[in-house]
Amino acid sequence: MTETDKIATGLPATQADVQWTRVIQPQRGLFSVPLAEIWAYRDLLLLLVRRDFVALYKQTVLGPIWFVIQPVMMTIVFTIVFGNIANISTDGVPHTVFYLAGITMWTFFADAFTKTSETFIINANIFGKVYFPRVIVPLSVVLSGLLKFAVQFTILVGFVAYFAATTEIVRPNWAVLLLPVLLLMMGTLGLSLGMIISALTTKYRDLRFLMQFGVQLLMYATPVIYPVSSLPEAYRVYILANPITPIVETFRYAFVGRGDFDPMHLAYSGGVILALLILATVIFNQVEKNFMDTV
Amino acid sequence: MSTPALRVENVSKMYRLGEVGTGSLSHDLNRAWARLRGRPDPYALVGAVNDRASEGTRDFVWALRDINFEVGQGDIVGIIGRNGAGKSTLLKLLSRVTAPTEGSIYINGRIASLLEVGTGFHPDLTGRENIFLNGAILGMSKQEIRSRFDEIVEFSGCAKYIDTPVKRYSSGMHVRLAFAVAAHLETDILIVDEVLAVGDAEFQQKCLGKMKDLSTKGHRTVLFVSHNMAAVRQLCPRSILMNQGTVVNSGETNAIIEQYMTLGSTAARIVTWPKEQAPGSEGVSLRGIYVKNHLGQTEGALGSDEDILVEVDYELDAPRGDLRVGISLFNSEGTLILISSDYEAGGSGAIRPEGRHSSTVRIPGHMLLDGKYTVGVGIETPRIQDFVSGETCAFEIDEMVHDGWGPKHAVRMPGVIHPSLEWTASQASE
Repeated sequence: MTETDKIATGLPATQADVQWTRVIQPQRGLFSVPLAEIWAYRDLLLLLVRRDFVALYKQTVLGPIWFVIQPVMMTIVFTIVFGNIANISTDGVPHTVFYLAGITMWTFFADAFTKTSETFIINANIFGKVYFPRVIVPLSVVLSGLLKFAVQFTILVGFVAYFAATTEIVRPNWAVLLLPVLLLMMGTLGLSLGMIISALTTKYRDLRFLMQFGVQLLMYATPVIYPVSSLPEAYRVYILANPITPIVETFRYAFVGRGDFDPMHLAYSGGVILALLILATVIFNQVEKNFMDTV
Repeated sequence: MSTPALRVENVSKMYRLGEVGTGSLSHDLNRAWARLRGRPDPYALVGAVNDRASEGTRDFVWALRDINFEVGQGDIVGIIGRNGAGKSTLLKLLSRVTAPTEGSIYINGRIASLLEVGTGFHPDLTGRENIFLNGAILGMSKQEIRSRFDEIVEFSGCAKYIDTPVKRYSSGMHVRLAFAVAAHLETDILIVDEVLAVGDAEFQQKCLGKMKDLSTKGHRTVLFVSHNMAAVRQLCPRSILMNQGTVVNSGETNAIIEQYMTLGSTAARIVTWPKEQAPGSEGVSLRGIYVKNHLGQTEGALGSDEDILVEVDYELDAPRGDLRVGISLFNSEGTLILISSDYEAGGSGAIRPEGRHSSTVRIPGHMLLDGKYTVGVGIETPRIQDFVSGETCAFEIDEMVHDGWGPKHAVRMPGVIHPSLEWTASQASE
């Protein structure tokens, strides 16, 4: 059957006399980002963030306190293992606040990355039934992460205030003003990497296994449990090539007073993140339309 | 003239069969290479027509092939067809869940789909929270949902439980709430797929009524996919018939349903399959369906007063126990008249040896109305496995009754069946 059936009108209609509000075609431009559409779905974005938060606490006794327990426990373990047993340098900064600062920033990235990377697989059920801009889900994940960060950050501020009052070393400085920039960079990085992985996992599940330990390994390639200043010259260049390094170091410099703060390093990091964001957009656009056929 | 709300032009959709494994990477690379050189997709050329019954020899299949149609604003159109005809794929394309491989779809206005109600319901959230979340997923703004909230709750009839997590809801309440949200969507085009399979009869009627209202009062366009012919007939003045990924016909619903019921059947009341193409699985294959008159003939007229024999011919590659051969009889309106299985022959639990078998059922005369019928055949082990399902053979009962003087035309009776019933007539004694 090649001729168009006029089911309802029974009258021939030509292309010209109708203003179509939407046209669905096989491919979309690689770089296009449906900003207007994302804006139209902003309520969904906020509701998803809310869902992530509310649903997490249902049927728990401690509720949001769990957000605090996790980094505190990690800090205690790190202090014992890396600080006291392995005796890794913390640049003279008290162990607790040094690790807590690193963990707080790192968790924000790691959460954004791992949760975004599962976007398609976890939401296959919803995505298979109804359309909305898919990028809403990863965005909501990063926003939820930001809220979680805010909770953990207040704990960090408490520790910083205590050590600033009791020691000579911990000295927050003007660089704290860079916090929004650091968060933007970290969030974008987690989002971009996560989107790339999620787009690829729709077809190749192998990446899921890689993700499971990849993120852990990545933490050791990031100055979370050690300062860049303590690195041997030979390794330093590799660790600095990691775009997360300048963000963590700047964050620590700002709040703890010690760290490798270099605007050039930060600019390099920003460049890498931008490139990854563009790559992520291209790959995500490729996959978004047809992923239901392969997931 | 009503303006079109939707136009589908030369739309095709190709699926890859089999598992995604190591081979898929090399296919992807080949495809990317072809695209770089501006060549067409090398794998698109080998797609076969979608026919479930015959085993695909190709790796790719066209779930939809050159679909064209147009729907006007405010129309309710039914989409019918057998399983695998491409109905759901078409709806997925329209609702943008997946993209077409070829062709374009033009849409006028906002489109929302009700492919499965309750999409995105989170079990831990309350009914109230889920109304907002579900509404937002379907594309409503918070403001819109708030303004309709009371209406939604009232329609769902779940007011009492609105602050209870939905995981404590019964499945019926779940569906009611979900449909209520979707039915109050501010959209121009609504796509509905088999939502009525759940919910009680009263709620089903309520849903149908609501959809009709949306169209007539709200001037919305509704696309309705269902296997429930009664619902399609009640709701949709016009329908589209799909088969094997193409649009077979479209037009007035009654005519389309009639065509659907006799789809793929020939005038002769025999359907047979050679061994290689026989439908079935696991060594059980259906080889033939014969509709015979009381003399065992498969040609000539069937009279409404004669017994009709339906013979199901099948083959077992290995001995099997606990097998049932069943038939379901539909009239031309798609109404299921009866089902029956050879369990009634007795001894169906016994092992049936390898080889050809047949089961025959006698449908007594003086029971069915004249008209067109379709008999569907299934072979199964109850509650465990279906080996054959949905294969059909069509036949027609003529307006003939035979009396002592030969065949003569009878008057067509209204109703679904017309059995010969026993009456007594007496004069009341005073």
